[in-house]
Formats: sequence, structure tokens, C-alpha cells
Amino acid sequence: MKNTLAISAVVFTFGFVMLPVVWGDDDFRWGEMEEYKHRTNNVSEVTNPVYKEECGSCHMAYPPGLLPARSWNKVMLELENHFGDNAELDAETHPPITDYLLNNSADKSDYRRSKKFNRSINLDDVPVRISETPYFKHEHDEIPSRYVIANPKVNSFSQCDVCHAKAEQGSFNEHNVSIPGYGHWDD
Amino acid sequence: MKNHILITLLLTNIPLSTAQAESTAVKNLLQDYAMQGAATADTEQGRQLWKKTYNKNGERSCASCHTNDLTRNGKHIKTNKDIEPMSPLVNPERLTDRKKVNKWFKRNCKWTLGRECTAQEKSNFLVFIAQSSKF
Repeated sequence: MKNTLAISAVVFTFGFVMLPVVWGDDDFRWGEMEEYKHRTNNVSEVTNPVYKEECGSCHMAYPPGLLPARSWNKVMLELENHFGDNAELDAETHPPITDYLLNNSADKSDYRRSKKFNRSINLDDVPVRISETPYFKHEHDEIPSRYVIANPKVNSFSQCDVCHAKAEQGSFNEHNVSIPGYGHWDD
Repeated sequence: MKNHILITLLLTNIPLSTAQAESTAVKNLLQDYAMQGAATADTEQGRQLWKKTYNKNGERSCASCHTNDLTRNGKHIKTNKDIEPMSPLVNPERLTDRKKVNKWFKRNCKWTLGRECTAQEKSNFLVFIAQSSKF
């Protein structure tokens, strides 16, 4: 009898008191986490394995939220001459990569920095270089040429991850910037 | 009698060690290329092709990105991206996936030579990469 009572008490406590608390708490935290991610993570993280494999073997897998859909579309239609080189994809990998890029592009993303990229681009423009978008230029205009272009360890603005350690995770936060040969950058 | 054992050992071990250097994928690929008209694959020819500089897309050779030592990391000369070693001796993932090998032959022959490689060239490259560690 004592045992039955004890078991009932435990079941009651978990079923009617604890579970709603856990669920409620969980719901609340998920909501908060999502919001937090959007606030601090600048653009969405690169997650697509086909994109990572096919495009990320030769260069950094650029987060799709750095260009609008019309730009990605142009890039994907011109792979035969991809910035001077052939980067053709076969019929099996081309469609899923295009879908991934278009669905997560800057104009479809609600990540903070993606929105900034998108807003900066004139609706008539179809930039294919991330480094030529107005927002990118604005964010990098104070960096002296010796830090990047004339820096043999960096060479150009195209390899984000050389200075932005968390670029593929979608974070371009200034605190994570470290320029090879110069260290932390703070403007 | 001793000699017999030695010869038997040698005879059984030579094909064995070759088999270890060449994965199933490599064997299948060599068969594919033979079907497409390639004669016996030649490691030395592969080595020469690897070192050769082609001018179609500016001066490029396989070694430009993959270096002359296939057991070491390479670096993409245009994007600076690190490339894992090509040699299966240090990078066991290499040459294990037929589809992947064909994909990269297509991509990189166009990038480096400015055209697709012939079946013979691919055979030669393949045995060179499979067997070589250093120049």
C-alpha cells in the first residue's frame, strides 16, 4: 500500500507537474534560440553536403545568403566559364545545388546580415561577385590594401575564411576577424 | 627446396602487393579505360604527364596545385584552398570512388590541359597516382 502510494505520487508529479514544466520550458527556449541565432549569426550556415562537396572543394563554400537568388541563378547558368575557369556540374548535382542556393539566398533569408546584403543591391543589378556588392564594399572600405590585396597571405577579398575564421558557419562578426600577418582587426 | 619456397613466396607476393596499391576502383577504372581503347597503363608516362606544363589556360600543370610530392598537401593556385594529399598511401580515401575519379579527371583535365584527357592519359595518371609517393 505504501509502495502504491509512493508510485502514484511519482507518476502524478511527473505527469501533471513536471512534464508541462519541461515542455513549456522547452518551447520557450527553442523560440529564444531561433531568435538568438538570427541576431548573432549573420547569415545562414552552409549546410548542404552536395554544395559543400562540389563547390567547396575548389574554393570556400560561400554561404548562399550573401547574394540574391537572381545572382546565384546567373552563376549557375555560367559554370562553363566560372570566373575564367570551367566548373561544370553533371545533370545529377546541378539541380539540387541550384535549389539550395536559390532557396537560401539573401533575398529569401531572414538573417540579419543577409538582409543588409540584399537591401544594398540595386534591383536592376545582378552581381556575381560577393565582393562587388555595395554592402560588402562598405564593410571593407577602411581596410588598407596592404592588409588584403598586397598581403601575400591573403591576396584578394575572395577567400572570406582567411580572415573570417567562422565564415562557413555564417558568422562574419568583427570579433572573429584576424588578418594573417596583422592580427585582430577593429575599426 | 629453399629456393622453391622463396620463388613461391615471391610469385604470390608480387601480385598481392600490387593489389594492395591498386584498389578495386582503380582496377575497374583501368578496365573501363582499356575498353575505351587505352593500352597498358604506364607509371612513367603518368609521371611525365603530371610534371608537364600546359599553356591552354595559362601555365598550369598537375603539380601547380597538387605539388610534386603526392604525399603532401597541395594548394589551389587560384583560390589558395588547401588540397588533401593525392597519394592513397597517406590518404586512403583517394581512388576509392570510381565516379569521383571520373568527375575530377573531367574537371581537372579541362582546367589544366584545356581539354578532356584521353583514356590512355587517364590510365597513366591513375597508376602513377596509385603507386607513387614522391617524385
